[in-house]
Amino acid sequence: MSETKQGRIVKVAGPVVVAEGMAGARMYDVVRVSELNIIGEIVELHGDLASIQVYEETTGIGPGEPVVDTEAPLSVELGPGLIESIYDGIQRPLNSLVELEGEFMSRGSALPGINREKKWHFIPTVADGTKVGPGDIIGKIQETTLVEHKIMVPFGVEGTLQRISEGDYTVVETIGVVVADDRTETELKLMQEWPVRNPRQTIKRLAPNQVLVTGQRVIDTFFPIAKGGTACVPGPFGTGKTVVQHQLAKWVDADIVVYVGCGERGNEMTDVLTEFPELKDPRSGEPLMRRSVLIANTSNMPVAAREASVYTGITIAEYFRDMGYVVALMADSTSRWAEAMREISTRLEEMPAEEGYPAYLAARIAAFYERAGRAKCCGSPEREGALSIIGAVSPPGGDLSDSVVQATLHVVKVFWSLKGELAYQRHFPAIDWLTSYSFYKQYLRECFEDKDQGLEMEELTTQAMSLLEQEAELLEIVRLVGAEALSPQDRLALETSRSIREDFLHQNAFHEVDTYTSMDKQYEMLKTILHFHKQALAAIETGVETAEIFKLPVREEIARAKYIPHEFVTKVAKIRDTIDEHIKQLHPSGVS
Amino acid sequence: MPAIKEYQTVAEISGPLMLVEMVDEAKYGHIVDIELGDGSIRHGQILQVENDKVLIQVFEGTRGIDVTKSTVRFLAKPLELAVSPDILGRVFNGLGEPKDNGPAIIPEKRLDINSKPINPYARNYPNEFIQTGISSIDGLNPLVRGQKLPIFSGAGLPHDQITAQIARQATILGEGEEFAVVFAAMGITFEAAQFFIDDLHQTGAIERAVMFVNLANDPAIERIATPRFALTAAEYLAFELDMHVLVILNDMTNYCEALREISAARKEVPGRRGYPGYLYTDLATVYERAGRIKEKKGSITMVPVLTMPEDDKTHPVPDLTGYITEGQIILSRPLHRKAVSPPVDVLPSLSRLKDKGIGEGKTREDHADLYNQLYAAYARGKECQELATIMGEAALSEEDKKYMTFANKFEARYVSQDYYENRSVETTLDLGWELLSMFENAELKRIDVKLIEKYMPKFRKKEREA
Repeated sequence: MSETKQGRIVKVAGPVVVAEGMAGARMYDVVRVSELNIIGEIVELHGDLASIQVYEETTGIGPGEPVVDTEAPLSVELGPGLIESIYDGIQRPLNSLVELEGEFMSRGSALPGINREKKWHFIPTVADGTKVGPGDIIGKIQETTLVEHKIMVPFGVEGTLQRISEGDYTVVETIGVVVADDRTETELKLMQEWPVRNPRQTIKRLAPNQVLVTGQRVIDTFFPIAKGGTACVPGPFGTGKTVVQHQLAKWVDADIVVYVGCGERGNEMTDVLTEFPELKDPRSGEPLMRRSVLIANTSNMPVAAREASVYTGITIAEYFRDMGYVVALMADSTSRWAEAMREISTRLEEMPAEEGYPAYLAARIAAFYERAGRAKCCGSPEREGALSIIGAVSPPGGDLSDSVVQATLHVVKVFWSLKGELAYQRHFPAIDWLTSYSFYKQYLRECFEDKDQGLEMEELTTQAMSLLEQEAELLEIVRLVGAEALSPQDRLALETSRSIREDFLHQNAFHEVDTYTSMDKQYEMLKTILHFHKQALAAIETGVETAEIFKLPVREEIARAKYIPHEFVTKVAKIRDTIDEHIKQLHPSGVS
Repeated sequence: MPAIKEYQTVAEISGPLMLVEMVDEAKYGHIVDIELGDGSIRHGQILQVENDKVLIQVFEGTRGIDVTKSTVRFLAKPLELAVSPDILGRVFNGLGEPKDNGPAIIPEKRLDINSKPINPYARNYPNEFIQTGISSIDGLNPLVRGQKLPIFSGAGLPHDQITAQIARQATILGEGEEFAVVFAAMGITFEAAQFFIDDLHQTGAIERAVMFVNLANDPAIERIATPRFALTAAEYLAFELDMHVLVILNDMTNYCEALREISAARKEVPGRRGYPGYLYTDLATVYERAGRIKEKKGSITMVPVLTMPEDDKTHPVPDLTGYITEGQIILSRPLHRKAVSPPVDVLPSLSRLKDKGIGEGKTREDHADLYNQLYAAYARGKECQELATIMGEAALSEEDKKYMTFANKFEARYVSQDYYENRSVETTLDLGWELLSMFENAELKRIDVKLIEKYMPKFRKKEREA
């Protein structure tokens, strides 16, 4: 490192430090501030003055102290050891920090993101003499029981592979070399670095074409998200954004989950940390932690590191996508990220746009979500990966006209709108079925092996949704003129919509069975509810009293279908026979 | 330790801020003593350093300070609280100095009041149920050890009685161990503070209490430090002396206003309603100090109180608080008018950590299903109440009327209780079943059939007899 790039501090104001003597430094270079060696990033340059956003508390720092330019942008380390880790916003391993420094976070800690001592068993998948280029998979490591970590040639390296061999390596040991045409040799290691603010390259972007199954009925059936798609969950506090995010992180049908706790509660992260190792993946039966990477920059941790945390998260997610995996990233909450931007911007005395947010807010948000997608990955063998982003947004007072919500809605394709009233009734997930939307609905039918079943599911969802819309109108009428004015058919529509809401859309995240519903069971449940509607409607046509129909004991069975474990999904289908029977008893002439 | 330096180079004074020039080696966040011409001392903290210019916020206000005669002493350390086990039973002012005419604290150690953030990995998940003896909290929004659960109140609502009741009655089920209470008063009236202190005296809890009192007529800027002093004391008691600490911060709205005053004086770009853009982060550094830590016996449970201007919970103070804390207990003016006390507005109130703190082995197996059902039924009953006010009761269907009756009974019997009534959690749960017994089993969709079969018959019988 050249000594010329050492400057000295002239100003300290909260998380922003200004240093002089920084001529030659580049924007977004990482610097080390003061004797404490605190990490910072250059965010503004004026002549030889550099404004630096500092990733830690600046109390006790003053003018005259040194600032050293590392001449590298903020980067993360990528390699085996990422899975099951918990990092802060700038990839410092929180678990190792506890052992090293105790329960409270100290300043200036410099632990590497990836453990240097641990040995990994590396198995090459290509032989010496192979021509390799960026992104080529040259070997693999069984990182956890759920994740096979593929070792790729870093970007910028091309040539002939030499001296590659199977064995146990640490992430910094050489596993082989690449000899370029000009005979320069590059040593290959299990680990590589990538600057977080630059998206990792792919060959080609592809449109999403598959539903990312989450096991959450309201999401999968009505507002599905795609593999490689983007979704946002805005809502006032207490409407269950975090529970939705946790549920997705637990049950989503992805190979890798990256969970970014950005400026949120410490105890929530602890919840994830204690739960994930115990929860079993419904497909493999392995602990969920074995496919997860956690990033926790809680609200009381430094604000600049919060700004960086979403980039750290997405870069790790992209790295796994490049291996050809389906990756899901949850960011909770992007509003805190935006606020961190605002705070830094204010300290830099930039001219604010709406609500004090910087004018580049929308551009940053759009660029972040654009890093999601399905793509053809670089290198051989040919492979496709997908990265979905699900961002929570916490608008002030739940007001959807908030800048962060609006900027997000411009780019995301799925909108799960959480509503306070639903949450107050403890209707969870409190996703409002009337205002939410998804642009990936057309892929729902592909979730079923049987093509007809897929088509039928589509019809069922359309029918259910129109009943729910009808309900909203009818309730308006009831409010004006009372329930007496409704026709029996309308009354049935109200009852069926209530059943859709309470027996299908309502889902208890804390119930052992109800927490996850397979696609098949979702289909059976919805079909059963609508079957009741059809049979009841036919009965009404022949003059049966609605009160008689609503009293049928089979309705309780429908209500409790959600608690039937997936293994017994046929039991749900059998409820339809009971429905027929019960309705028949009301109406001896029989309804087919 | 660097030498303490003195300067007489005050250049500007404006609002609560003071600019000192030609200062050597000032550090951000450190504190200063300001000696006035008459020999009196004030305290300040460095907000910004630029070359040799230092911007200082003066905790006691700048009235009477002049530019020529004042001496500023740079103490080269952050704000600190002197702690020792003797702090128990003592009353301090908003800057951590004894206020009760007692002896000075002989410090065991001095702690930086801006403690370091807890590493999320070191946290232990709060899951031990605290029985407060208040049904609307224990039954529906249970508090657990290590949680931060604010009370959203309004002017004229009885939040003082509720916090006093919680401080008086809170116990861990089965352990019977009492909480140490740390009380931070920020800009509240003498009457309100004295009410709380008297209550602690009556129950003898004062022996296990530490108080930091900044009254309405005390310097406003001091309030910025008060909760941090209180929490530093709480951390000392919890994580070094292994005590379970209940921290009550009353009233956070005044704290935020002091913060706004500083922000305005610094001419910062304001966020919503003039509050600074960093209000969320600042509040988080206060609230997130609650919690439990692995390997440590003690814990910090926090009950901040805030008054919502115009009862508006979208106001920045309650709004941002709600985004940081683990739920909220909201008080309702209409219920208060109906003489429901405590007037807890059950529907928008929430405890996020309840699920892990209740159930078999903690409270009772039926707890979760029961509160879900009570919520659902009360929400429906509330709707019917509203419908009845618009169209008259006659327009309601029989079923709607039933739900309305339920809502009324629920408010009168379940939510309402005396401020000195300490209900056990079993009493609260049984009361829930008793109220639900007016519905058919089939209507109780949120409760597991097995639980209905186990608990309900007893209450059905009672109902029939009655």
